Amino acid sequence: MIRLNNIHKSYEMGSSSLHVLKGIDLHIEQGDFVSIMGSSGSGKSTLLNILGMLDNYDNGTYHLSGNLIANMSEKKAAKLRNEMVGFVFQSFNLISFKNAMENVALPLYYKGVPRKKRNLIALEYLEKLGLKEWANHMPNEMSGGQKQRVAIARALISQPKIILADEPTGALDSANSYEVMDILKEINDDGITVIIVTHEHDIAAMTSQIIRLNDGRIHEIIRNGELKKFQKSYIHGLETA
Amino acid sequence: MFDIDIWQEILATIKKNKMRTFLTGFSVAWGIFMLMILLGSGNGLSNGVAANFMNDAVNAMWIWNGETTIAYEGMKTGRPIRFQNQDQEIVSKVSGVGVSSGRYFMGNTRYSYGNESGEYTTITCQPALKEVENLIMNEGRFINQIDILQNRKIVVIGTDIKTALFKDSTALGEYVNINMVPFKVVGVCSEPGSTRNRNAYMPLSTAQMIFNGSNKIHNLALTINASTLEESQAIEEQIRTALGKQHKFDPKDEGAIGLYNKLENYIQTMKIFQAIKIFIWIIGIGTLIAGIVGVSNIMLIVVKERTKEIGIRKAIGASPSSVIGLILLESIMITTIAGYIGLVLGTGLMEMINYFMMQSAGPATDQSETIFMNPTVDINIAVYSTLLLIIAGAFAGYIPAKRAASIKPIVALRDE
Repeated sequence: MIRLNNIHKSYEMGSSSLHVLKGIDLHIEQGDFVSIMGSSGSGKSTLLNILGMLDNYDNGTYHLSGNLIANMSEKKAAKLRNEMVGFVFQSFNLISFKNAMENVALPLYYKGVPRKKRNLIALEYLEKLGLKEWANHMPNEMSGGQKQRVAIARALISQPKIILADEPTGALDSANSYEVMDILKEINDDGITVIIVTHEHDIAAMTSQIIRLNDGRIHEIIRNGELKKFQKSYIHGLETA
Repeated sequence: MFDIDIWQEILATIKKNKMRTFLTGFSVAWGIFMLMILLGSGNGLSNGVAANFMNDAVNAMWIWNGETTIAYEGMKTGRPIRFQNQDQEIVSKVSGVGVSSGRYFMGNTRYSYGNESGEYTTITCQPALKEVENLIMNEGRFINQIDILQNRKIVVIGTDIKTALFKDSTALGEYVNINMVPFKVVGVCSEPGSTRNRNAYMPLSTAQMIFNGSNKIHNLALTINASTLEESQAIEEQIRTALGKQHKFDPKDEGAIGLYNKLENYIQTMKIFQAIKIFIWIIGIGTLIAGIVGVSNIMLIVVKERTKEIGIRKAIGASPSSVIGLILLESIMITTIAGYIGLVLGTGLMEMINYFMMQSAGPATDQSETIFMNPTVDINIAVYSTLLLIIAGAFAGYIPAKRAASIKPIVALRDE
């Protein structure tokens, strides 16, 4: 599904350059539920952006569903994003002057679905996420949890293969955080690959695979069976802190 | 690009961002509005003055006799120059002279018809005078060549004379007594730009025959064919030379003959108006530039404000061209509609001013002196300046929109 091979990425910062990713090799299968962890500056967001074709990489190869993702035109990248990937952001990134339904329907606009039809589909997705009554509300009339659910509905409406979530619970309280994670889990159960970036251990612990980044490299990959051990070390980490 | 969906998307955006839309629209509408008013006023002024000139043919020239002021060929100064019929022929042979008419002054003459009578000015002339003075025929005809050749006793009277003598009855075909000599009325005329029409026109040859004129004329009215000041002055020079040769006076003698060259005056005034027009255009273009800067500023802000939205749109699958298209079409739509509103308001106001001026001038609009007339703007100029603003707005929006669309969505998303 996703195959990264020796990915390098550096940012030009004036005269110096910041080497953020220093050779990432990663293999994520269809239907995985993966979290990417790491301290700030470890390159986790950069990795997610490269996965989501929001950013390009300098060296290495990235195959998505067998297609090499490299040197694509913006137009082609946009099309692939639209077809393959759904994004969920920490700050929700809903368009403030569109109501919930219109926000959810927007990806279908870029797919060329007629207005009536896409609004109908948007309503279906909002209903799935329990927000049908909120369809005509503007984002600023909704709570953080509701906004994030709208954002998830928007990510889902184009029926992507992958959901990429950058700190999806970062702006939410724990009750809402768990609710959002439950929704992501359900989405994953439908066979969609879900990749989240988080720095919260309890959130990461709900996924089936944790990728820990450290200084631009993969520090460790903790798979499902080893999660218990991870949880133990997480508690240990809490105790020492 | 022109499917209904993109327009619905734009309309939805406009509806939700009323203030932004209003500001963009206002600066465009205001720019066009001011331009229309400026150009309209300028045109009105220039039309008004030009219309005043049109009261006579703009290329009219009048020549009258005087006394010599420069001694010439042994003759003293103070010698009166007297025009005769052959002088008209001499003048008409000068190249550049169009039509010409000799005139013989009779002073005040008594007109009577039935029980009514009055003193009026009689102008004796040839058919060409109608063209020189732009006379308007209200009824009948003007003097023609056969009248001259056959010394017909006919007269063309001004509307005031007609009203005084004939009241409401018809004058055409009736005989009026002029200094006790009956003349047949063949026409009723009026002068443009004048409220007094107390002149009567009579064939020159008839007047000379009946009223002891022999072959004397006092005055020559003619038109000249010149398009520049220099040309008209050259013709003037030639006429002076030709008449000087005939009457033996120095062509440089300003006193021997008087000469009024209307074209010279007209050209000079039109030059002033050209300068005023250029001035108005400079102000107009300044206004337009102010409008363009206003639109550009707002477009810059709009794009800046929408950077995050652009990032979101790109993240969920918008191509750069669709983002640029969205912003540009929105700005074009706003500027077009606003430009049109400004156009309608500006021209509407000028038309209204025009209408009220016509109203206050009453039925005598044709006849009254005005310095402000028809203050409207050429529709082409109006449309082109609106187009210019629209293009400028689109261009001003395009550069930042393109930049915003080429920003990585992730950078745009980070923008707060």
